[in-house]
Amino acid sequence: MTADETALREDLRRRVADFLAAHDPMTTDRLEFLRARYDAGLAWVSFPDGHGGLGLPQALQPEVDQLFEQAGAPDNNHQANGIGLGMAAPTILAFGTEAQKRRFLKPLWTGEEIWCQLFSEPGAGSDLAGVATRAVRDGDAWAVNGQKVWTSGAHGARFAILIARTDPDLPKHFGLTYFLCDMTDPGVEVRPLRQITGEAEFNEVFLTDVRVPDSQRLGAEGEGWRIANATLNNERVSIGRSAIRESGMIGVVARTWRERPDRRTPELHDRLLRLWVDAEVARLTGQRLRQKLAQGQPGPEGAAMKLTFARIAQQLSGLELELLDEDGLRYSDWTLARPEKVDFTGRDAGYRYLRAKGNSIEGGTSEILRNIVAERVLGLPAEPRVDKDIPWKELPR
Amino acid sequence: MSDLDLLYTDVEDDLRATVRDLLADRCDPASVTAVYDGDRSPVAGLWRALAVDLGLAGLLVPEERGGAGASAREAAVVLEELGRTVAPVPFLTSAVVATTLLLDTEGDLLGSLAAGERTAALALPLSTAPDGSLPAVAADADGRLAGTVTSVAGALEADVLLVPATAADGIAVYAVPAARAGIAPVVSLDMTRQIADVTLDGVPGELLVADAEPAVRRALEAGAALLASEQLGVARWCLETTVGYLKERRQFGRAVGGFQALKHRLADLYTGVESANAAARHAAAALAVRDPDVFAATAVAQAYCSDLAVTAAEEAIQLHGGIGMTWEHPAHLYLKRAKADQIAFGTPGAHRARLAELVGLPLQGE
Repeated sequence: MTADETALREDLRRRVADFLAAHDPMTTDRLEFLRARYDAGLAWVSFPDGHGGLGLPQALQPEVDQLFEQAGAPDNNHQANGIGLGMAAPTILAFGTEAQKRRFLKPLWTGEEIWCQLFSEPGAGSDLAGVATRAVRDGDAWAVNGQKVWTSGAHGARFAILIARTDPDLPKHFGLTYFLCDMTDPGVEVRPLRQITGEAEFNEVFLTDVRVPDSQRLGAEGEGWRIANATLNNERVSIGRSAIRESGMIGVVARTWRERPDRRTPELHDRLLRLWVDAEVARLTGQRLRQKLAQGQPGPEGAAMKLTFARIAQQLSGLELELLDEDGLRYSDWTLARPEKVDFTGRDAGYRYLRAKGNSIEGGTSEILRNIVAERVLGLPAEPRVDKDIPWKELPR
Repeated sequence: MSDLDLLYTDVEDDLRATVRDLLADRCDPASVTAVYDGDRSPVAGLWRALAVDLGLAGLLVPEERGGAGASAREAAVVLEELGRTVAPVPFLTSAVVATTLLLDTEGDLLGSLAAGERTAALALPLSTAPDGSLPAVAADADGRLAGTVTSVAGALEADVLLVPATAADGIAVYAVPAARAGIAPVVSLDMTRQIADVTLDGVPGELLVADAEPAVRRALEAGAALLASEQLGVARWCLETTVGYLKERRQFGRAVGGFQALKHRLADLYTGVESANAAARHAAAALAVRDPDVFAATAVAQAYCSDLAVTAAEEAIQLHGGIGMTWEHPAHLYLKRAKADQIAFGTPGAHRARLAELVGLPLQGE
């Protein structure tokens, strides 16, 4: 650590201490506390002054969070707002107007406004650039019609990041525009989509004449694909980040191992240790990637991280059921529920095993991610793309 | 433990560039392949250039003892480059392992190693893990040594052997001039780090370290931790060379690197190499600051990088097709080094067994 970094760190600690002295977490109203923390630049310290941060290196964030946690400060319900914090916020910061940043970032961070993502459609999954949801200009607003799917948390969300087709005469990548969509618009209908776990964390979202003011267009018309890629790169980096050893799925399975000496076998021991090493190396790889990205926007390297995370989570959760042996035959509850939060390591081992199946599908399938790594990182020849120069409206469907 | 810098400093980048330039000039694949046919003529000159001209022999030695006073982070960068070229030089065995063993000793041996005037090797099998058994060369009361140590790396290049031996009051390390020991070269899987069997027949040794087990284990720990960086260098060469080849090689009217069956394998290999980079860097950084976590960091890096380097070399050969299987193409040099490195300083399984104890995941008991 350089002298500069040490000085920054000390200054930051002092700021947190001063803030806590002025806002006692025990007596201050929860929202008032969170809003004041944002205004003090202690929300996400890498964000600029005036937008909840101090323009400091991202590496300093974990310590700030820890200091607040130790002081018993209220949290910003981040588990319910992963898409807002991990994807919408950095994208709005990078591409939004000053007015958009002022309007959206603060209530997003405090958790007053939860966000979801309206990207995928029944006909546009891996081929996301093929989205068919239309946005048509109507005065100073846009009229949006279409159907979205796999929308986590749409039932609790106040806003959505949305990509829609604004020019069907252009090839698919060029006719898309990025919007910030109000989920309380009467044209938004959210229907639960039940998953293999029994619960409905995802939704189908039907958009019928939804009005989006032009002031909620993010970036220029036709820029939607480029901005969506920035969002997805953020998603892949935000998945599976952990600063401490044995966090995430490996922590859960290691605990089961320690608690159940009766279930241990040499074969399971070997598999557990291999996965423990993989999980620890993945943690270090994420740490190294974050050190690399401390300044700029994430690139496609995050795709490799996500590949690893999905594989390890699936193998570990499968291992845990075998380790539980007879108890692995039981499942907690198949009742349809609509959870507010997504917690890959929550509930019981059976749930974790089933939920982990989604890890190699959501946020880009592992197969698409391998294409991304091979093409954008290694520079290998791209897949044949027979549709990329044809106007979207002429594509066979 | 989470604050270690896993990137490279500007100084480290400069060091890498210097070493890479020299190796590009003096360590081409043809001359490396030639060591398998018994032509070791370029080895001494290459080692002198690295050890003396660039001063790498004394990298880990404090300045007041005649070295460069650098840390394990810099030594790791050198090893990445040596792995990248499978250079047949005793940097790891002499400048890392032997030097680390001697760090707390008086006398002039450390200084002469740092200056590159002499080269030393620790007389233990290359396969010895940091917690492995230390074999039984016996020392009598007068310091005369008797016994055989098999599979010693660096002995052929060494002027001095550092011999751990069982004396009356435990393990001690003695210096023995290489000329006084029986050193029998072994036809090795990896001739770029050729091993030898060492026989000591009552030869007098000079006592260097008494009660030496901690020092020996610390030297092995350093060897294991930094071997991961060599393995990273091996793996990165395999990845980059294979990616380059698959962009050029055409079949069915197109570059074969465009076929998903192949590009997905390379994407997985890239993912593995980036992971190995983090693990190796973490071990080097932990060693550099004597982090209390260095034992787990080393075991993790060895368990991961050993297998990854082998996978990278195996993938390089398979994805090159027929040419990858030839003597002419250098891929085999990397496979042989990677496979020997997998066994060196403890197999991945041995390091996982260490980890089970270190992180509290035992097979039996609490």
